[in-house]
Amino acid sequence: MTTYIIRRLLYTIPIVFGVLLLTFILFKVVPGDPAIQIAGKGASPQVIEEVRQEYGLSKPLFLSWDSQFLNHLKNALTFDFGRALDREQVIDKIKRGLGPSLAITIPMFLGILIISVGMSLFVAFARGTVWDVLVVVICVAGMSIPYLSFILFGQYFLAYKWWIFPVFFEPDLPLYKCAALPVLIGVAAGLGANLHFYRTVMLDEMRNDYVRTAFAKGLSTKRVLFKHVLKNAMVPIITRVTLTIPYLFLGSLLLERFFGIPGLGYLMVEATSSRDYFVINAMTYISAILFVIFNLLADICYALVDPRVSFE
Amino acid sequence: MNNQQNKTEMAPKGISLWQDGLRKPARRTSLWVGGLHRRKLAMASFVIIVVYFLLAGLIYVGEIFNWQWAAVKWSEQIGKQYQPPSAQHIFGTDIFGQSVFRKTLYGAKISLTVALCASFVSIAIGVPLGALAGYFRGIIDDIIVWIYSTLSSIPYILLILAFAVVLRDRTLFGHKLTGITSVYLAIGLTSWVGLCRLIRGEVIKHKERQYVLAARSYGCSNSRIIFRHLLPNVFHLVIIDFSIRFVAFIHAEVILSFLGLGEANRPSWGAMINDARIEMSRGVWWQMAAATLAIFFISLALNIFGDALRDCLDPKLRIQ
Repeated sequence: MTTYIIRRLLYTIPIVFGVLLLTFILFKVVPGDPAIQIAGKGASPQVIEEVRQEYGLSKPLFLSWDSQFLNHLKNALTFDFGRALDREQVIDKIKRGLGPSLAITIPMFLGILIISVGMSLFVAFARGTVWDVLVVVICVAGMSIPYLSFILFGQYFLAYKWWIFPVFFEPDLPLYKCAALPVLIGVAAGLGANLHFYRTVMLDEMRNDYVRTAFAKGLSTKRVLFKHVLKNAMVPIITRVTLTIPYLFLGSLLLERFFGIPGLGYLMVEATSSRDYFVINAMTYISAILFVIFNLLADICYALVDPRVSFE
Repeated sequence: MNNQQNKTEMAPKGISLWQDGLRKPARRTSLWVGGLHRRKLAMASFVIIVVYFLLAGLIYVGEIFNWQWAAVKWSEQIGKQYQPPSAQHIFGTDIFGQSVFRKTLYGAKISLTVALCASFVSIAIGVPLGALAGYFRGIIDDIIVWIYSTLSSIPYILLILAFAVVLRDRTLFGHKLTGITSVYLAIGLTSWVGLCRLIRGEVIKHKERQYVLAARSYGCSNSRIIFRHLLPNVFHLVIIDFSIRFVAFIHAEVILSFLGLGEANRPSWGAMINDARIEMSRGVWWQMAAATLAIFFISLALNIFGDALRDCLDPKLRIQ
């Protein structure tokens, strides 16, 4: 087990290096010299030169002990992303946005997971009946409606027209009140695709012989579904769950933008419109690191739930 | 329920998997499993998809030959601003008095162009790389796997956003990337990973099959084995993947246009939704509704058709 984890950790090194190389090329090499953008319009050549010195833009790109690429690596590994275009430290911005983002995404994530796994068990058990067909139809329809439409219509009817929820984020109100509507919309929008996926997983499991044996033994439906089927379906569920967790950090980009929630998604949208490569770079890197970590955790979890998986 | 019967129904000898997938099954086995013919729903979806493509194609042709029909003349002012839907204006008018219905039709062209070009970019990268990695293995495999593991460790939407921001208004080979070009490049360059992984896995499986060994014993070159023997045998995966991914591309285009990274001067569904964001508070819902319906129908049709296509082209699923 320990050797396996160490080997997996070693395997992540080239991936992290690749991510850093990609972010370096995307945000440092391709856009060219951002000194003029940082210094602002109409800055004197002297100021631009100072900015260039401060950000190390006059150094060679690769192939030197003090090259920009090595500095990029060093900064990323120490989580020092420098300052954004508005001169604030990028890492401070990220720390500030983390709370509101998580306040929305964690309830949303848990809501989607519990509802879709629960319903998929029920639907898989009732396959071929009217309920099954109904759920599949609703899922496919839900997958076809664009995310933006869910948000806009939800905001319009539930908040603006009927006054059930506040329309925008207000710092004075308690957080759960502001977060309720985005969470509700997020769950509704995400349910279709997830339920559809878990239904397929459960149906695959239901076909197996051990399910028939369990029913033949006279076990109750509840016991077969939750004790036998759910446990065997754990591997695909874990895969999907751990791979969506890094997205939690990002928050829901669009939800935060619509409701004016000052989270990381909002930060990202702002950064794309102002072309703040420093912020985009930091966000890309951090989410990739999280992804790598959770991937590793997923692999370890497989062995915990499924004794057939070996570490060799 | 009737697993036993399905298991015995294998493809007869002398029929390719393509023919088998499309042929009419001799007897009904179950309601949901079977050839394309029985799937009326899938056929209806296919008709919807064809209608959308025809529409986009007609707009293209109309623009080239300067035909003056409605969807090409989307910028014409047909009435006062913010007219609600009526018999004259099916989806009402927008802030400039332009017909929302015409804008919706025109949006089909932008969306389908982006999704189609993005698909071609991702197939052009993903299929050859996947085949090379699976066929040669060794160091080539390691490098390609490294590239796609790196790309896939960054959340998809973030990666698309990053590429779209970086590529926008940049000059590449003397060609300025404006509007939709940067959008489909961003989507295409980031979305080949899944396809590449799929093709690689399948090629590894096929590589030791007898037809490949036979081809090698005849002295076929590696490129001939890959392109004439292996790829035709795994190509159904490309088509299935294409039909499934197309929906995601359309939705990605909508999100990018909405964030202001898409086409600026011509109407697209994402831009219409972005306009609607402000208009909704004034009770102007028709622009939003029109764009939603347009996206909904093509996505629904593609989802249903993609599922049917997978069922009939993937023999492994059918035997179960």
